[in-house]
Amino acid sequence: MRLIVLLLFSSLIFSQDKEESIERGKLLYQDLCSRCHMPDGKGVEGIYPPLAKSDYLFNKLRESILAIKQGGIEGEIIVNGIKYNTQMEDLGLYEDEVADVVNFILNSWGNKYDKIITEEYIKNLK
Amino acid sequence: MKKIHLILFAIFITHISCAQKDNSIVSPTEKDYEIVNVFDNVEIPWSIEFLDKNTIIYAEKKGEIYIVKNNTAVKVKNVPEVYFRGQGGLLDLELHPDFKNNNLIYMSYASGSREEGGGNTAVARAKLIDNSLTDIEVLYKGEENSTKGQHYGSRLQFDKDGFLFFTIGDRGNRDQNPQNLELDGGKVYRIYDDGSIPDDNPFIGLENVKEATYSYGHRNPQGMFLHPKTGKIWTHEHGPRGGDEINIIEPGKNYGWPKITYGINYSGTNITDDKELPGMEQPLYYWVPSIGPSGFAFLDSKRYKKWNGSLLVGSLKFQYLERLVLNKKNEVTYREKVADSIGRVRDVKICPDGFIYIGVENKGIFKLVPKK
Repeated sequence: MRLIVLLLFSSLIFSQDKEESIERGKLLYQDLCSRCHMPDGKGVEGIYPPLAKSDYLFNKLRESILAIKQGGIEGEIIVNGIKYNTQMEDLGLYEDEVADVVNFILNSWGNKYDKIITEEYIKNLK
Repeated sequence: MKKIHLILFAIFITHISCAQKDNSIVSPTEKDYEIVNVFDNVEIPWSIEFLDKNTIIYAEKKGEIYIVKNNTAVKVKNVPEVYFRGQGGLLDLELHPDFKNNNLIYMSYASGSREEGGGNTAVARAKLIDNSLTDIEVLYKGEENSTKGQHYGSRLQFDKDGFLFFTIGDRGNRDQNPQNLELDGGKVYRIYDDGSIPDDNPFIGLENVKEATYSYGHRNPQGMFLHPKTGKIWTHEHGPRGGDEINIIEPGKNYGWPKITYGINYSGTNITDDKELPGMEQPLYYWVPSIGPSGFAFLDSKRYKKWNGSLLVGSLKFQYLERLVLNKKNEVTYREKVADSIGRVRDVKICPDGFIYIGVENKGIFKLVPKK
């Protein structure tokens, strides 16, 4: 019983952390990302790839997060069947902010991701 | 029947009198120029200048300056630290009109830090001696730092009388900055080469205003040149979704952002119902949809005979250099893509020897060479 309460409690804390991270990420997204990837996450076809229901994002999650941390993906990529070849610039986000914006993207516009991305994870991502 | 014709005629007349002509951009199939890569090891070459006809100096947004000669780059030492975030970083470079004798180079950049509450646009000058900056002086710093990533401006341009013009964008705070003369941002500024403020600036003597302001109501001007014939300062600025503008800058004038605009919010909602209001300037030209204009030059060169007098504008979004032709009434009559699909064009400059150079993100610095 005690264990269950503990588990329940920690999962509540976890979901609260995640919600707060998503909220901060939303502001960062509006500020720094929405101009190209658009407020609805649909991007601009052939120029700025979509993040909403993007096959690339979920199939290549590590590469995608690294692109936010370091500034873009070099070379051509195919997202939902469309080619993209414009390297995103380094937006200069701090590691905690990368985590926040990733949590927002992974849980918006129909996207779903169970785990929380932490600052620690971003720090160690290479 | 006659009446209907008259009404239709009237509608037609009002239509052409208030809207600019539709000049869809042309992609010429025949090109009488070649695009030559003169240097390829770049990331975001935000601005290009020329120390002489064989020597390029350019700024990397992340905060580095390079001098390029014969395809070899030397890194300039002692560049001020920049606040690298969003659209902020090292921005424009401009040589003093008497650079040959005084070695003075001017820089605009985002300055600040997370600890200082973010950043805002600063203008500094320094002496460039032996590939190093010395005697760095900050001449102007926009007040109110912000962590917002948007709209630092910033281009620098000396005019014929030695005044230095520069721009700061609205810093992502359109409801506060552009229409308020007491706040920085959303302005074109004019100062002397030492940073002092000219006595005849338009808002001198008004209480609490930013007296360096020359014009206001701007969104994010990232293109500026001195017209070689009229001596006027021309700018272009990023609109929101649609509504990038070209303006000729007049002292004390209000260019309307965000009270009037030909654009809408990125989300598709309206910013304002007004496209014109009394006391606010209309743009010389506006782009719908937006091209993401960066870098602006007036072509006054014997190298490209048919093109002389054209305006050149880099497009970040559509990844070409745009050439616009104006008639005597300053109306745009023709637009074409130059260097189509080359990449995100950050800057366009005319070298002292008359050739057009462009800086393209991750691709390099290119020279446009007319075919014989």
